[in-house]
Amino acid sequence: MTPPDYEYLRKLLKDHSGLDLSADKQYLIESRLLPLSRKCGLPGIGELVQKMKGGSSSIIAQVVEAMTTNETFFFRDKIPFEHFRDTIVPEMLKARAARKSIRIWCAAGSTGQEPYSLAMSLKEMGAALAGWRVEIIATDLSTEVLEKSKSGIYSQFEVQRGLPIQLLVKYFKQNGELWQINPELRAMVQHRQLNLLHDFSQLGAFDVVFCRNVLIYFDQDTKINIFGRLAKAMEGDGFLVLGAAETVVGLTDVFKPFPDKRGLYRPSGARAASPQGATSMPKIAAMAGR
Amino acid sequence: MKTCLVVDDSSVVRKIARRILEEMDFEITEAEDGEQALEACKGAMPDAVLLDWNMPVMDGYEFLGNLRRLPGGDVPKVVFCTTENGMDHISRALHAGANEYIMKPFDRDIVTAKFQEVGLVALPEQSSI
Repeated sequence: MTPPDYEYLRKLLKDHSGLDLSADKQYLIESRLLPLSRKCGLPGIGELVQKMKGGSSSIIAQVVEAMTTNETFFFRDKIPFEHFRDTIVPEMLKARAARKSIRIWCAAGSTGQEPYSLAMSLKEMGAALAGWRVEIIATDLSTEVLEKSKSGIYSQFEVQRGLPIQLLVKYFKQNGELWQINPELRAMVQHRQLNLLHDFSQLGAFDVVFCRNVLIYFDQDTKINIFGRLAKAMEGDGFLVLGAAETVVGLTDVFKPFPDKRGLYRPSGARAASPQGATSMPKIAAMAGR
Repeated sequence: MKTCLVVDDSSVVRKIARRILEEMDFEITEAEDGEQALEACKGAMPDAVLLDWNMPVMDGYEFLGNLRRLPGGDVPKVVFCTTENGMDHISRALHAGANEYIMKPFDRDIVTAKFQEVGLVALPEQSSI
């Protein structure tokens, strides 16, 4: 990619989406836009930029969407995974001692880094979970990212963001510049295509829900509606994990913050104010990347 | 201020690494090979070492073995930063006492993530895109 092309894309993304790329994000642009170029039948990013300059608004929209899809990496933000290891799983080991099973939902599973981070965390807990059945269901709106998640294949850049080297050595197999997570861990994660705006009651009841950095794309009414349906999809003593910039406070009382653990919530037992279902489709504040 | 010894026979790599690490508030010293690095460590143990593998005179792997045998040589966090990207090299490095491993090419995000991993840099309050 030429420096002028890079500058053009940087400025366009800033203007269209607020995405602020630093000067050294060429790899990110290449990894997101090369597949898009090919899909459009173009040999490379240079040609893609030419099309954009020619005023193709559909290509511009696709570029913005490809670039603003939430970047995800292993153990993103760290703290939620500490909560998982130190609070959620120990509580569940006590609360589910009789049935010895835990159901976990990654509601914005994206390309798999989050569900596989949870799978690795569980493996690292080893003996404590021997004889337990743990299900991880990863859902996402996009079948494309789910396919990537299923494959468990990541680039050298992706495995260097947030993944401790010891876990890379332990749980991945190298294939040239690509790294694939072990079949045993891939088998721990089930994948389903799902739009959070639609009914998800068919997924069953969950003990733990990770729903991070996806609700930020929705307007307030939609968030309230989703929280209400999430609470119904969870066991009364379950745990909800939200993103660092997200909260239920001021929106709904169906969840209450877990004391002293930022981003961690439990169902409050209160009933959702709005009725079940999403028949009246709330509008989406910004479709950026979702 | 925490100190980091940057060991690489390429002056370009040292310069890029210095710029990234200085922005992370490290005080930087440089060495061109393992032997120079070992001398530097005997003078003053750094908090961190960013370490290339293939270098003339003494390579990074040999340096690491020697460092870990020095009095106080178990203290510095050693982060390899090398084009040796094979699983066999990574395993050997960890076995010899490396704390983290960066596969080149690297950028600011990777260096920051890896230094957070070994506890030398605080986690950000909140992540961004």
